[in-house]
Amino acid sequence: MVTRILPEIVATALVIFSRFITAARAIWLGSAPENRRRVYFANHSSNGDFVLVWAVLPHRLRQTTRPVAASDYWLKSPLRAFIGQKVFRAVLINRIPEERTEDPVMQMAQALDAGDSLILFPEGNRNTGDDLLLPFKSGLYHLARMRPEVDLVPVWIENLNRVLPKGEVIPVPLICTVTFGAALHLAGGETKDLFLGRAAAALRALAATTERPRA
Amino acid sequence: MIAGTSAADLALLVGGLMAVLLAASGVGLFLQARYSPDGSNGVVENLNDRVRSWWIMAVLMGIALIGGHAGVTLLFAFCSFAALREVMTLQDMRRSDHRAILAAFFVVLPAQYYLVYTEWYGLYSILIPVYAFLLIPVIAVLRGDTEDFLMRVAGVQWALMICVYCVSHVPALLSLEIPGYEGRNVMLIAFLILVVQASDVAQYVWGKLLGRIRIAPNVSPSKTLEGLIGGALSAILIGAGLSWITPFSPWQAGLLSFVIVMLGFLGGLVMSAIKRDRGVKDWGHLIAGHGGMTDRLDSVIFAAPIFFHLVRYGWSLT
Repeated sequence: MVTRILPEIVATALVIFSRFITAARAIWLGSAPENRRRVYFANHSSNGDFVLVWAVLPHRLRQTTRPVAASDYWLKSPLRAFIGQKVFRAVLINRIPEERTEDPVMQMAQALDAGDSLILFPEGNRNTGDDLLLPFKSGLYHLARMRPEVDLVPVWIENLNRVLPKGEVIPVPLICTVTFGAALHLAGGETKDLFLGRAAAALRALAATTERPRA
Repeated sequence: MIAGTSAADLALLVGGLMAVLLAASGVGLFLQARYSPDGSNGVVENLNDRVRSWWIMAVLMGIALIGGHAGVTLLFAFCSFAALREVMTLQDMRRSDHRAILAAFFVVLPAQYYLVYTEWYGLYSILIPVYAFLLIPVIAVLRGDTEDFLMRVAGVQWALMICVYCVSHVPALLSLEIPGYEGRNVMLIAFLILVVQASDVAQYVWGKLLGRIRIAPNVSPSKTLEGLIGGALSAILIGAGLSWITPFSPWQAGLLSFVIVMLGFLGGLVMSAIKRDRGVKDWGHLIAGHGGMTDRLDSVIFAAPIFFHLVRYGWSLT
């Protein structure tokens, strides 16, 4: 009983907290909050990215949407393991190829086959530089090839890098938006580089639609 | 209920407000059925969004009034928080400003409202203009980042003055001691808010009906001289008519309303200039039809401290 209810309470508390800090707002451009299997792929600039995407999804979708995250980070302490495995139900992936016992793309495909949606950060690491995006890792492409029918929805997270810059512990309250774009699919005969370029371009296009102050 | 508040006054005020909102909802529904059955008329849809938000704001205000001194203080502390979040979002800041902004949100804001709640006038009236003014640049300079230093520090200070200091003078009205008006101070807040909001609505309506001459085309193209005059006269009449909930005579209430209206108008212009400079139309999206919290508060922000001091010097013992 406790093991079922506690994660739900922690999840709700995290959602309320992230709303309090960011007044997060979802903007749906080209796709709608529907209950279908999806891979949401987003830019990654802060540890809070996943929680924010999760917080703006309707409750029903949140229950079937799992983040893809690094096992070396999320299994480091019992608290992180609890949050990662029980609260977020993360698909944990080993970032070090030599230590892998499972194929990460296969792990993601299995989660999709079980009826869940995924949140994926194709940049792999947090982007702390001045470039809008880091080069994408190839996982998104392999997943698109393995499960071509699944919608790949680009998601642009605006401002969270200012709320919680790398190295800071307490977030400052600033307004964030999460913009969802039109779903992509792998085109017939599309190469890895072409596809990843198209996916990155979709994210850049969403970034350009967000209202931001003039520099 | 607040001790000594005349229940009859409050009931009359709430009843009147309900009647106005019911009428607004009725007009909105009629206009929607007539001109925008499919939701295609932007002006009508925006009007209905605004009316719906008015209901929510009136109910929140009512709950706060029932909660008494603490309820009202908490409500405005939350308004300050939401406004500060919007204003800080639009600032150019750097990673080295993180600690200074944390101090603004989690030290200065709660301290200001705590002091207002405990009625320590001597300290809350200088906390931000003096102590935050000195503290914020010190925190910033210790991070060693000098680029755009003056602009960044000034931005935080300005945001604190606007969103926290000025707004906190609304609940501060509860601390005034006016002979013969004991326990009814909450009505001063109702008076200030009603006059400001009546003026905003009346300026909007008169401007739409008769507006020709633009007052500040470069800052706020929708503000017209006809809207200002019509709105000001309407709000002054409403303010004078509300003198029965205040310690003022009808003439005094009308004059104070005039001051509130003019400050609200000028404050709105200043806040528009900042939005224009930042290249945005609204401060945020918190309140459907109105934009952000700061959009709804902008007229109150400039009027509140001046109204507070006028009443304090003219009527209060403290």
